[in-house]
Amino acid sequence: MSTSTINTTNTYSENGILYPSKVMLDLKDLKKVYPTPKGDYVVLENLNLQIMEEEFVTIIGHSGCGKTTMLSMIAGLNPISGGNIAILGNPVKGPGPDRGVIFQSPSLMPWMTALQNVLLGVNQVFPHATKTQRTDIAKYYLHKVGLDGAFDKKATELSQGMQQRVGIARAFAIKPKVLLLDEPFGMLDSLTRGELQDILIEIWNKEKITAVMITHDVDEAIFLADRVVMMTSGPKAKIGDVLNIDFERPRTRKSVLDHPDYYTYRKHLIDFLEH
Amino acid sequence: MKQEITLKQESQKLNVMKPITEFFKLKFGKVNFLKGFKKTGITILSILLFLGFWHLGSKSLYNKEADYKIEKALTEQGQAAADAERACIASGESGCQPNTLPSPTQVWASLQSLIADHYIIKQKKDAFATKMEATNQKLIANGKDAIVYTGRASFIDTVLTSIKTVFAGFLLALLIAVPIGIIIGLSPTLRSAFNWFIQIFKPVSPVVWYLLVFMIVKTIYIGKSSDNAFVISFISVGLCAMWATLVNTAMGVASVDKDYINVAKVLKLGTFQKVFKVILPSSLPLIFTGLRITLSVAWMVLIAIELLAQSPGLGLFVWEEFQNGANDSNSKIIVAMFVIGIIGFLLDRLMLMVQQMVSFNKNEGI
Ligand SMILES: Nc1ncnc2c1ncn2[C@@H]1O[C@H](COP(=O)(O)OP(=O)(O)O)[C@@H](O)[C@H]1O
Ligand SMILES: [Mg+2]
Repeated sequence: MSTSTINTTNTYSENGILYPSKVMLDLKDLKKVYPTPKGDYVVLENLNLQIMEEEFVTIIGHSGCGKTTMLSMIAGLNPISGGNIAILGNPVKGPGPDRGVIFQSPSLMPWMTALQNVLLGVNQVFPHATKTQRTDIAKYYLHKVGLDGAFDKKATELSQGMQQRVGIARAFAIKPKVLLLDEPFGMLDSLTRGELQDILIEIWNKEKITAVMITHDVDEAIFLADRVVMMTSGPKAKIGDVLNIDFERPRTRKSVLDHPDYYTYRKHLIDFLEH
Repeated sequence: MKQEITLKQESQKLNVMKPITEFFKLKFGKVNFLKGFKKTGITILSILLFLGFWHLGSKSLYNKEADYKIEKALTEQGQAAADAERACIASGESGCQPNTLPSPTQVWASLQSLIADHYIIKQKKDAFATKMEATNQKLIANGKDAIVYTGRASFIDTVLTSIKTVFAGFLLALLIAVPIGIIIGLSPTLRSAFNWFIQIFKPVSPVVWYLLVFMIVKTIYIGKSSDNAFVISFISVGLCAMWATLVNTAMGVASVDKDYINVAKVLKLGTFQKVFKVILPSSLPLIFTGLRITLSVAWMVLIAIELLAQSPGLGLFVWEEFQNGANDSNSKIIVAMFVIGIIGFLLDRLMLMVQQMVSFNKNEGI
C-alpha cells in the first residue's frame, strides 16, 4: 500500500515518475470565495491537485467542504476566485463539451425521450455527422447503459436509476476528455447504486477517459478509483491526503472485497474522515 | 363441538354465497362505479336544493312586493282599488306583476322564449337575404357594399358575438404577452426595466382600458363609417387580460431549473437551441397556466367592456334588458347569468385540457 500527498506540480516533475505531458487537469493554488451578507466566505484556498490522463480519481470530504464548488469550477460553471485550472495546459475559461458532467440529479429534460436527451449533446458535438450517424452514437451509449428498450420513453417515465443511466450515456456520448461526476449515485438505493457503478466502470474501462468523481461512499470511492483524494473540512478547504488504490483492472466487486489491502484502504479513509 | 359445527355451516353458507357476491362484484361492484354514482348523486341533490331555496326565496320576495302593492293601493285609493290590485296580481296579468327576483320556472320559460325568438329572427334574416340576393349581387358587381340585415340580434347571436370577441381578445393577449414575456424572462436587465410598467398597468380596471382603447381606436377610425365596437372591445379585453400570461411567461422563462441551464452550458448550446430546446419547453406549463388565467379574466371583463363599447354581445344584452324593465327582463338577465357562467366554466375546462397536454409533469394543474 502506498500513499502520497501531492501539493504542487513540482512533486511530479522532480521525482520524474509522471510527466507533465500526461497531466490532464492541473489545479494550482485554487481559491474560491463566496460573498455572503456577513462578509466573504473562503471555501477553498491553496488547493493543488493534478489529475493524470486516463486516471479515475474519487474525491471524498465532509459535506459542505467545497467538493461541488471545486468540481463546478473545473466544469467552468462557477468562476474561479484565485489560482487557476488548466486542461492539458490550457486554462479553463468556461464550460464546454470537452468536460462531460454527470450531476447528482439526472437533470434530464423531462419533455424529451431518453434518445432525444442523449442526442441533444451529440448533435451539438458532431454537427457534421449525418443524422443516422448521430442517432447511432446515441443508441450505442444507451445500449451500453442497458437501456435498449427505452429509447423512446419520456424521461419522466423512467425510474431515478434509469434516468441516471441516461445521464451517463449523455455524458459519454459527447466523447469528453474529462468526465466530472458529482455524487451521481447518491440518491439511489444501494442495489441500483451497485448496478450503476458496474455500468460506469465498464464503459470507462473501454473509453479510458479521465474521470473525477465526488462521492460520500467510502466503498464506492475505493472500488472505482486509481486515487482517492481527501479534502479537509472548510472553510479554506484543501487537499488533505491522497490514497493510491493499487488494485489491478478490470476489477470485480468480489476481487476488491477479497483483496487483503481493502480494509487497510478503508480504514485509512475512515480515519481521515473521522479525524 | 357444537360451535365447530355451526362454524362449518357458516363457512359453507359463505361458500354458497360466494358466486353470488362475485356476480354482484362483476356487475356493480367496481368501487369506482359506486363512487361515481355517489358523486353525481350528491351533485344532483345539491342542484335540487339550490333550486328549492331559489324558488322559496323568489316566492317570498314576490309576496313581499305584492303585499306592498296591495297595501299601497289600500292607503292611497281605498278598499276597492286594493281588491282590484289583488285580483290583477292573482290573475297573472303582466301589467301589475311584482318585478323582483324571478323564480326558476320563470327563468326556464325565458330561456325557451329566447331560443324560440332566435328562430324567428333567423327566419327573418333568411327571408331578407333571399329578397336582397339579386340586389346585392348587382351592388357587389358595381363595386359597392352589400346591404346586410341590421335588425335586432337574437340571444344566441349575442352569445356568439361574445365568444368571438373573447377569442379575438385572447389571441391578441397571447400574441403580445408571450413574446414579450419570453424576452423579459431571458434578460434580468429588461426584467427590472419593465417591472414598474407591469406593476402599474396590471391592476388597471377594464373600464379604464376600454376608455384608453376607445380614445386611440376612435381616432384611427376617424372618418370611416365602419363599426368599430368589436375592435374596441376585443382590444380592451386582450389588454386587460394579458398580464397573467406576461407575468407567468417571464417567470417561467426566468426560473428554468438551474440544472437544465447547466446542461445547456456544458453542451455549449447556441442561444437559439438553448431558448427553443431547453428554456421554452421547460416554461410551457407556466405559460399555459398564465394563458388559462388570461382566458378566464378575458371572459369576466368582457361583459363590462361590451356594455361600454355597445358591442352586441352578452354584456350589452344584460344591460339592455335591465334598462328595458319589461316583465320578463329579470328572468332574461338570470338566463344570461347562467349562460355566462357555463361558458366560462367550459372555456376553463378547455384550457385545462390543453394545459395538461403540454405539461410534462402530469400531476400539475388542478
Ligand atoms: N452560491 C453560493 N453562495 C454562497 N455560499 C455557497 C454557494 N454555494 C456553496 N456555498 C457554500 O460553500 C460551501 C461548500 O459548498 P459545496 O461545494 O456545495 O460543498 P460540498 O459539495 O462539499 O457538500 C458550503 O458551506 C456552502 O454553503
Ligand atoms: Mg456537493
